[in-house]
Amino acid sequence: MNQEILDRLRMDDRFPHILCPGCGIGSAMNAMIRAIAESGLTNDDICIISGIGCSSRVPGYIDADTFHTLHGRAIPSATGVKLAHPDKEMIIIAGDGDLLAIGGNHFIHAARRNLDMTVILINNHNYGMTGGQYSPTTPQGKRAKTAPYGCVERAFDACEMGIGSGAVFVARSTTYHTPHLKGLIKQAMKKNGFALVEVISQCPTLYGRLNRMGDAVKMLEYFKENSITVSQVKEPKDAEGKIVIGVLHDIEAPEYYESYRKVCEHAQRR
Amino acid sequence: MRKEIRLAGTGGQGLILAGVILAEAAGVYEGKKVIQTQSYGPEARGGASKTDVIISDQEILYPKARNVDILVCLSQKSCDSYLHDLVEDGVAIYDNFYVKNCASNHCFGLPLSVKTRGKFNREIFMNIVLLGALSEITKITQLDSLKKAIQSHVPAATLENNLQALDLGVEVVKSTH
Amino acid sequence: MSIQLLSGNEACALGALKAGVRFFAGYPITPSTEIAEMMSEELPKLGGIFIQMEDEIASICAMVGASAAGMKAMTATSGPGFSLMQEGIGYAIMTEVPCVIVNVQRGGPATGLPTKVAQADVMAARWGTHGDHPIVALAPWSVMESFTLTVKAIEISERLRLPVLILSDEIIGHMREVVSIPESVAIHERKKPTKSKDEYLHYHDETNFDAPFAHFGEGFRIHISGLTHRQDGFPTNDPKVIKWKMDRLRNKTDLNRDWLHFDEHLDLDAETVIVSYGSSARAALEAKNEFEKNGSKKIGFLRLITLWPFHYMKVAELLQNTKRVVVVEMNQGQMTREIARAVRRDVQVIDVNRYDGELITPAEVLEKL
Repeated sequence: MNQEILDRLRMDDRFPHILCPGCGIGSAMNAMIRAIAESGLTNDDICIISGIGCSSRVPGYIDADTFHTLHGRAIPSATGVKLAHPDKEMIIIAGDGDLLAIGGNHFIHAARRNLDMTVILINNHNYGMTGGQYSPTTPQGKRAKTAPYGCVERAFDACEMGIGSGAVFVARSTTYHTPHLKGLIKQAMKKNGFALVEVISQCPTLYGRLNRMGDAVKMLEYFKENSITVSQVKEPKDAEGKIVIGVLHDIEAPEYYESYRKVCEHAQRR
Repeated sequence: MRKEIRLAGTGGQGLILAGVILAEAAGVYEGKKVIQTQSYGPEARGGASKTDVIISDQEILYPKARNVDILVCLSQKSCDSYLHDLVEDGVAIYDNFYVKNCASNHCFGLPLSVKTRGKFNREIFMNIVLLGALSEITKITQLDSLKKAIQSHVPAATLENNLQALDLGVEVVKSTH
Repeated sequence: MSIQLLSGNEACALGALKAGVRFFAGYPITPSTEIAEMMSEELPKLGGIFIQMEDEIASICAMVGASAAGMKAMTATSGPGFSLMQEGIGYAIMTEVPCVIVNVQRGGPATGLPTKVAQADVMAARWGTHGDHPIVALAPWSVMESFTLTVKAIEISERLRLPVLILSDEIIGHMREVVSIPESVAIHERKKPTKSKDEYLHYHDETNFDAPFAHFGEGFRIHISGLTHRQDGFPTNDPKVIKWKMDRLRNKTDLNRDWLHFDEHLDLDAETVIVSYGSSARAALEAKNEFEKNGSKKIGFLRLITLWPFHYMKVAELLQNTKRVVVVEMNQGQMTREIARAVRRDVQVIDVNRYDGELITPAEVLEKL
């Protein structure tokens, strides 16, 4: 790790971190910190907010104002912080269970509301912190601790959900493609409005082991071999069984706080 | 002096607003002690609706009417439900279109809805017509105080119609009795 | 001063605005909605924030976020919404974020009676969120008190860094009275930390009252977590530190019981004392007055304004000459049990309850006197 990264961390007694060997969350965190640094933001310009889960432990390691909220509630908590400090960059780090199951309602409504924030979804297809139960992104048929015979339910596509709910920027990458991921996070932070970056990540300790996917390296190789960029998708069947990476959606829409300010001005004129 | 007034009917008739205006007229503009409460069903329209206003020279503790001095009914059901709460010499005012049957010692059956429709083509101002009639019969508040209270509760665009509705209520009483 | 006819809900919103609340997040629910409606009209005029969230869970989280970030914040709800907020109330307690939650009580459980009165959330207010915790709950009995207690609740909350509940009810929230609203009230300003950010501890152990604290997002690089934490906010599993944190939380109310206790009482040397709170206290006092009209015997009256923390010592002292206590409340006896725990064993405790959605009447109280 270079000094630039180390300077951004709480290096006192926060390390060693709690993540398992081979976990993808560290790679995503690394990409995020580099994205923050390359965007010219200091640690005082950002607020890092999370819910509960493995990825939600990330804020504790970063030397900034960090907010470890309730399970699923990172987005509404960030909504309060952002409205109090509209000049700060809100970065939300969430896992798939946190963001899409218990926090699913907040996720879609925040996307609809379009308050400026960047959500980094680290999707490892299971609940890691509680020991590998199935989540809303566990593919049908895959095994988990609460799906010993294979997952019965269909999985969410988080990006489609974000687009359908009104997010103005939606992108996907994997923990194999970290420079690519870093670029997407930079774009997402720059975007004025609700931005989602999904990071397909490995959980070799639980999900990978339960589904005989091999170690972390094997899982990363899988991401490498099965990813396809948005521009490579010429027709829908090209994307079948693949991880489509890149910017999936980028539109302009009025940002919530700016619109709210106009309402205030209107109310004050009356 | 302590008077308990109950306005009862169905949701959508504007009775609660009428209660608020009555309470404000007596409380804010005449310096009386007042309390206004209401009860209603979960539906905004069509359910039972009533408001109690207590006007007194002294502190009012219990906020609901128990011995109703003045009962105004805009539906048969409300008349059937609340007439027994009326005190011996209490006054009952009812709309003679919606209420066909009201057995009280001091009954004023008035064509409130008919006259409101006649003047405004709809019943939307009937709650204010009712206040005019109430004031004329009982002298519980002065018309001036009611006018001031109406001013603070209705949109500016409808103020003129509302003030006319108040006068209509007075006329209805004068021409009927 | 302005003389106005206001509902309890309107007075509550007005109290919050005068006391400096500039953030309100809420979700529509009868019979509390008028508070949100008034906030949505007034806050934009003051440059404050009103936001209607997707549910009560989101509302309390947004409120806690805004308050941690430095804004005085409030929300209002009723029965089912109050249940949904419980996890967030626990979070605010653990993270020591000031905020005020108004619960305009209606009949429950579940959807219950949206338009009808109850006082059945007294225990949900005390123990609704899981885990040992302190809480403050104040119960207004009039429109004026809906104003003054909201102002007080904000001050208490800011000073103790603790959520404060206003336990109003459908009668108080919706009834209208003429009140004199002062032009302004004393606004409690949070103290900013005097220490540098390297020395600053967000949960310092010596200062548990009026403590200076940093606002989230202002560069003190604080960590706020719902995990049981150390003075610096980072999670711990050290039993000694866990006990320190739990005691610190408990002491917020335990060491400030006298400061937090408010009541109103009359003729407590009488043999029989009526104890009540909120809207049912109006029936109780009316019953006392009617009883005394018919004879020379006095009836005592104790109205609890602070429901939590329940000041057992103080209540015992107030009721020391009493032989009979009549507790009047609109639930199945929630506060009656607390009163029974406070008074001498030989004191007879009788309850007058009503839980059918109607306001308890003076006649029902008189029957038991």
